[in-house]
Amino acid sequence: MENLEKILAEHPFLQGLESHYLDLIVGCASNVKFDAGQFIFHEGEEANQFYVIRNGKVALEIFSPERGAIEIDTLEEGDVLGWSWLIPPYHWRFDARAVELTRAIALDGKCLRNKCEEDHDLGYQLLKRFAHIIEQRLQSTRLQLLDVYGTHS
Amino acid sequence: MTKLTINLGDKATIKSSDIILLFNALRSAGYSVIGPTIREGTIVYEELTSIDDLPVGWTDEQEGGSYRLKKRSDNAFFGYNVGPHSWKKFLFPPSLRLWNARKNGNNFQILPENNDTPKFAFIGVRACELHAMAVQDKVFMNGTYIDPVYKSRREHAFIVAVNCGQAGNTCFCTSMKTGPKVTSGYDLSLTEIIQDEIHYFLVEVGSEIGAEILNQIPHESAENKDIESADRIVEETAKNMGRTLDTNNLKELLYNNYDNPRWDDVANRCLSCSNCTMVCPTCFCTTVEDVTDLKGENSERWRKWDSCFTVDFSYIHGGSIRSTVRSRYRQWLTHKLATWIDQFGSSGCVGCGRCITWCPVAIDLTEEVSIIRLSNNNSESLSSDKSDFREKHNH
Amino acid sequence: MAHTLDNEFINPNSQIKSPPDKDPMLPCLFSVEQVKKETHDTFTFYLSPCENKISFPFQPGQFNMLYIFGNGEVPISISGNPSDEDRLVHTVRLVGPVTRAMKNLKRGDVLGVRGPFGNSWPVYEAIGNDVIVVAGGIGLAPLRPVLYKLLSQRDKYGKIVLLYGTRTPEDILFKRELEQLRSRFDLEVHVTVDRAQQSWKGNVGVVTRLIHKATFDPLNSIAVVCGPEVMMRFTALELEKHGVPSDRIYISMERNMKCAIGFCGHCQLGQTFICKDGPVFRYDFMHTYLTKREI
Repeated sequence: MENLEKILAEHPFLQGLESHYLDLIVGCASNVKFDAGQFIFHEGEEANQFYVIRNGKVALEIFSPERGAIEIDTLEEGDVLGWSWLIPPYHWRFDARAVELTRAIALDGKCLRNKCEEDHDLGYQLLKRFAHIIEQRLQSTRLQLLDVYGTHS
Repeated sequence: MTKLTINLGDKATIKSSDIILLFNALRSAGYSVIGPTIREGTIVYEELTSIDDLPVGWTDEQEGGSYRLKKRSDNAFFGYNVGPHSWKKFLFPPSLRLWNARKNGNNFQILPENNDTPKFAFIGVRACELHAMAVQDKVFMNGTYIDPVYKSRREHAFIVAVNCGQAGNTCFCTSMKTGPKVTSGYDLSLTEIIQDEIHYFLVEVGSEIGAEILNQIPHESAENKDIESADRIVEETAKNMGRTLDTNNLKELLYNNYDNPRWDDVANRCLSCSNCTMVCPTCFCTTVEDVTDLKGENSERWRKWDSCFTVDFSYIHGGSIRSTVRSRYRQWLTHKLATWIDQFGSSGCVGCGRCITWCPVAIDLTEEVSIIRLSNNNSESLSSDKSDFREKHNH
Repeated sequence: MAHTLDNEFINPNSQIKSPPDKDPMLPCLFSVEQVKKETHDTFTFYLSPCENKISFPFQPGQFNMLYIFGNGEVPISISGNPSDEDRLVHTVRLVGPVTRAMKNLKRGDVLGVRGPFGNSWPVYEAIGNDVIVVAGGIGLAPLRPVLYKLLSQRDKYGKIVLLYGTRTPEDILFKRELEQLRSRFDLEVHVTVDRAQQSWKGNVGVVTRLIHKATFDPLNSIAVVCGPEVMMRFTALELEKHGVPSDRIYISMERNMKCAIGFCGHCQLGQTFICKDGPVFRYDFMHTYLTKREI
């Protein structure tokens, strides 16, 4: 557990968080490992965790019957995977698949949701951090949508 | 020889009836004489075959979008204002073949053009037009690259300038500090003086070649009264400018007003016809066209005047950068009056007023600028109010 | 908005001033030595001068006007190695009438070349610094000479990072070369695509997302960015977010060009002519124009 605490404390996502909150989060954390090709979660499933990726590579995909699996984003070391645990109805919107052997810290979202409801300061701290991640993903998604390398003629 | 020898910087007078001798002297010196003449109801610049081609006794009345010739009450040679042509069409030809390519299997040859330099004598060049030439000199002869055609034509040209005896309604050279007095860049300059029955020219000599030509025609040393009369004429012209343009901080004004709503207003009127760029004596944009014969064996490259008012002008794969009239008018005006200064060290506008007269819908850049200035001042005072408020609010 | 046209401000020491010894509007003839298909719409042409003994020195970032008989002329950046002065290399995306005509060029065919024109990427200014090369799509082609130059004097630079984003895995340029670069220990390479099928094992996501993966010292770095204007805008913002000062970010601009020598007016952008003041500009100078519409 000491190891987990160290990793989480140093992670930019949780930087600056007061130590008693960090303790609380560490209490909800566990080490996980996914083999290459293994799905971490599937679209539609209940979203009760999020992941801080320690190493490896995860593809976010959506499946279309005509086109097969379409990868929309890749997450790697240092990235935070998943925010559906935070927003009702707490269901995953995409598939997440480990592209290679991936190690991560899983955080129990259900447990954190309850703690956030009890302590709004913690809720604010976490939401602020997720808002930043969501903003980054939104910006890059917009840029992707622009299809800037297309010919447009 | 009883003729007086005249030198650079001297002033002399010649009789109006002797202007034909100036004409003849230039022709015998090998110049092709270009000057004002009447074509289709306008005074244009063309090669003159004789002194009779000059628009003697004619003047023009100009306003935004309007130009009319009118008879004068005298027989002035140069009693008109600038017309739709400018001298750039001779120095910077509207259409010029650059080279010719000839196909030979999968290979081809490029044959350079041997452009002989015509030797032009320009008669009747106004102060604003001399400044326009100086502006184009900076474009074509002052950078890393030099336009060889422009340079050789420019360097061989003989210039007979004329001080304006009247200002047109669309003139604003005093605002641009480009006239009406001719100050430099000429070989000979004339001031046409008509007092009762006396009609003569005060001549100033601006170059050695100018002195050589003047020495071939009868002239007398100018007296003080001649010089005073000439000065009075130019002073009077300066007082009667039809337009003014406030150039104070003009560059900064336009740089700060790329988003001024006035551009939308002008876009509603502008036809994007590009007349203003064609008549402008400083506009220098060109395109190139490749003309290939039907067999596909010969291909010529032509350089042609182009205008920033066309949609194609800014085309890059996918679309045009300036697809709206708003952006194209803004580009033209901001270039002419602001970015030009940063690019070439002077304004691109010489205050000749052609773009106002020849705009079919009478868009007047002096008016557009003053409205932008007014709205800028208003919004500046608004924003300074706002910052006051913020400051107070924060305390 | 501060506007001063000061070449030093745009791009210090990078102005190429080589007074031409011949008519700059007259093309020289080059013959096609080899055509290499890079992707479905992008080809690399290897050209050699028809007249012997013409060497063709250029700086990374400069471009040529390529003339196809009877079709016209287009500005294309040079994508070859600056130390190879005998052979001219251009990587061309077939998007317009002239470039489409280039698709038919075969070995031995002749085309006209005017140039080289424009200024260079700041390869000399970057000495002693980390260098971040960010390319989007065909923007990798004008940056390839930078990589050749940096790697030819590897010890003069700190870390070198190449971040490359393109549309799909099929659109990746210079694949084999990128693989070779990736295997070097003195260079960090990250590639990403905007969209991919499952067979793609690499990254999906926009090129700006690669910046946080790279290791560099932001205050002692020079970033060179080339790609579509929107991509360069977002990339510059992301680099700034990671601490790279805006006066250490360089971008390459594209506009319509007819003459390439500052006479035709087509490439005017504010106080500049892209052909002679650019195409490479410092981002702190260019950014006010980048966010102005239709300027």
